[in-house]
Amino acid sequence: MKNNIVLTGVGGQGVITAANILGKAALKAGLNVYVSEVHGMAQRGGSVNCTVRIGDVYGPLVANGTADAIVSTEPIEALRYINYSNNKTKIITDINPVIPFTVSVGSDKYPSLDKVFSELRKNGELYKIDANKIATDVGNIITKNTVLLGALAASDALLFKSDLLLSTILENVPSKFKEINRKAFQEGFKAIKK
Amino acid sequence: MEIIENKPGKNILLLGNEAITRGAIEAGVSVATTYPGTPSSEIADTFSKIAKYKIKKNKDPGFYFEYSTNEKVALEIAAAAAITGLRSLTCMKHVGLNVASDTFMTYLYIGCRGGHVIVSADDPSCHSSQNEQDNRYFAIFGGAPMFEPTTPQEAKEMTRMAFEISEELNSPVLLRTTTRLNHVRGPIKFNKIEKSKEKGKFEKNPMWVPMPEIARARHPKLIEMLEKAEKISETYPYNEIINIGKQSEWGIITSGVSYNYVREISEELNLNVKILKLGMTHPIPKKICKKFIRSCKNIIIVEELEPILENQIKQIIYDIGENVKIFGKTTGHFSRLYEYNLDIVEDVFLKIFKINKEIKKPNKSKLELPKRPPALCPGCPHRATYYAAKKAQPKGVIYPTDIGCYTLGKAKPLEMADLLLCMGSNAGTACGLAVATDEKIISFMGDSTFFHSGIPPLIDAVHHNHNVVITILDNRTTAMTGHQPHPGNDFDGMGRPAKKILVEKVVKGCGVENIEIINPNNIEKSSEAYKRALNYSGTSVVISKSPCIILENRYKRKRNESIRVYQIDQEKCKKCKTCIGKFGCPAIYFEEDESIHIDMNQCNGCGNCATVCPFNAIFNKEN
Repeated sequence: MKNNIVLTGVGGQGVITAANILGKAALKAGLNVYVSEVHGMAQRGGSVNCTVRIGDVYGPLVANGTADAIVSTEPIEALRYINYSNNKTKIITDINPVIPFTVSVGSDKYPSLDKVFSELRKNGELYKIDANKIATDVGNIITKNTVLLGALAASDALLFKSDLLLSTILENVPSKFKEINRKAFQEGFKAIKK
Repeated sequence: MEIIENKPGKNILLLGNEAITRGAIEAGVSVATTYPGTPSSEIADTFSKIAKYKIKKNKDPGFYFEYSTNEKVALEIAAAAAITGLRSLTCMKHVGLNVASDTFMTYLYIGCRGGHVIVSADDPSCHSSQNEQDNRYFAIFGGAPMFEPTTPQEAKEMTRMAFEISEELNSPVLLRTTTRLNHVRGPIKFNKIEKSKEKGKFEKNPMWVPMPEIARARHPKLIEMLEKAEKISETYPYNEIINIGKQSEWGIITSGVSYNYVREISEELNLNVKILKLGMTHPIPKKICKKFIRSCKNIIIVEELEPILENQIKQIIYDIGENVKIFGKTTGHFSRLYEYNLDIVEDVFLKIFKINKEIKKPNKSKLELPKRPPALCPGCPHRATYYAAKKAQPKGVIYPTDIGCYTLGKAKPLEMADLLLCMGSNAGTACGLAVATDEKIISFMGDSTFFHSGIPPLIDAVHHNHNVVITILDNRTTAMTGHQPHPGNDFDGMGRPAKKILVEKVVKGCGVENIEIINPNNIEKSSEAYKRALNYSGTSVVISKSPCIILENRYKRKRNESIRVYQIDQEKCKKCKTCIGKFGCPAIYFEEDESIHIDMNQCNGCGNCATVCPFNAIFNKEN
């Protein structure tokens, strides 16, 4: 049994934290796990990509076409790592673009979101989610990553139960943020399981 | 704090780097030193966190830790401690070992009494480095026993055991890691934490002073040590053979993270192979290798970067006269470039084993995606310094740069990074460019880089009166690697008060006569300072003083102070795009209707866009 999860986004959106929590949850479930992170220059607004491999695995990196899920905090960042997807991959992405400075200075173009989503749909099972709005509504934009973990739990892509993921999140956030994280997770979950 | 719990058998998830720190603590390390550098930084940062945590609780951390001025100093401090019998650890990124290499090469001649583990974090694929040099050559070059873990658990265990082996051999040892070990989290099983020694004892002995006569006597000792180390390698528990499938005459020799890919792909393709996984790769266990070679007709060697195992295995094959076919880098099967992964190893194995498996081409976006490279943060004071320097003289200037955030000045629209080699190279290359050309030279380095290796080239500039403008970007932290303190801070890596060294005093002490101290957030005055510096004949130093905005805003949030973000008055904005096209703040963007906006979530409130706007269209919300 293997579980390959790819988490992507922009530096500062909580991608590494989400990957770490997913890893801790897998360990609690009694499974082997490797979480691979990108550090260093990625902190400066760059593209971030983490992979979480759970179960009977050795290599820390996901092979092309083998992701069970791609979870992205930004739409084009999901598409950037589409090499990991196959037609069964659950692609869970936030819908709010973060415009790269290469676009602002005019050297690159940000494609229309419709085209981005149709491209994602061609390469997997797409779930769009306004995680910014959900996170802001439950009380703080910083819970965006928790919203997306809730959505991931609802997509049935994981080898372990969603309760375990929620309890791991709650163990890893400061007590004053527990309640909004619980709500963020539940709302993210509901956004997928309607 | 979970990482220092003395609970043998407990399982937790740790980053490879954290696992190395845990291993050292289990071994009772007394002294740990570093100069920060990705992908090694979290090893030292974990020591720093533990020390601060314990000191805050009025407890003895059990070790001394410091962020040293540079890797050479770091190695010397820990070496001296190890010579007095204390267990010591020094960690650095791969290129850091170049800086420390002068110490490293002779240290191996004289050796140590307490165990000393030197960690090199190599970076295949140059994720955050200027080269992808293979530091396994350093182990062979200097004669250091070397270990290569494959997982965080092995990293912890190999670190712990490396102290014992180092003591047995009276030699420092090298723990060679790569990014995919340093930055991978995996399950760790705790061992008991041994109590560390508080003080060492320096025993005077002529052998600690390798004058020519002593050095000649020490070299054979180094060779003897390596012979002894080879015996240890023969019984080292992480030098092991793993059989996959049925018995066959196919063997694979591998080490480090490559083993993970080899193991997984061998199982996935149902191969019948035996894998010789080497954890101690210098000296390699020749007896084990000979036996393994004799049991094979074909051997695949899988290692990232240089063919170091491959060349040694070939030597052994020659020595024993076996007829074995080798598949590796020298046969064109594997690349000497970049890091490996499951796909690369599978692809090569399919060819070698002539397996017909349809490999679907990876999905690819038909849309062209905008690049998202790292950039200077919104509000970064370096951007303002760059802008002011360019304003002083827009053309005909060469900009040597250095290692740190300011390398990102290379990006559009600033494009102010023209030449880079390594830590401190900005000032040396500035002098060379002044000698070789008639161009104006403005170079840039950070404050931590200045202390690390920027001082000798500055002295050279003054002594030879090189016509250069050297900028020191004094943001009071080592920002790029995670905001570690440096000698310009009034606290140290253990959170204790420390003597703050002012950049300007050092510069003055080096004999620089034309020093301009600027606040980059005053762009007009800063630009005037650069003009004066450019007109000065000889060496000028511009010291640009403004704290890293990320750190500054973190402190503000802790003090519950608000960060006053800026916005654009759409009526006043003439869409000239100076703020985007010339200043280049990544928080500023334009909509499809060409109207320009500031992303409130990204703005860090420096206000410099308001200064550069020619139409006064940018304002602070609260003013």
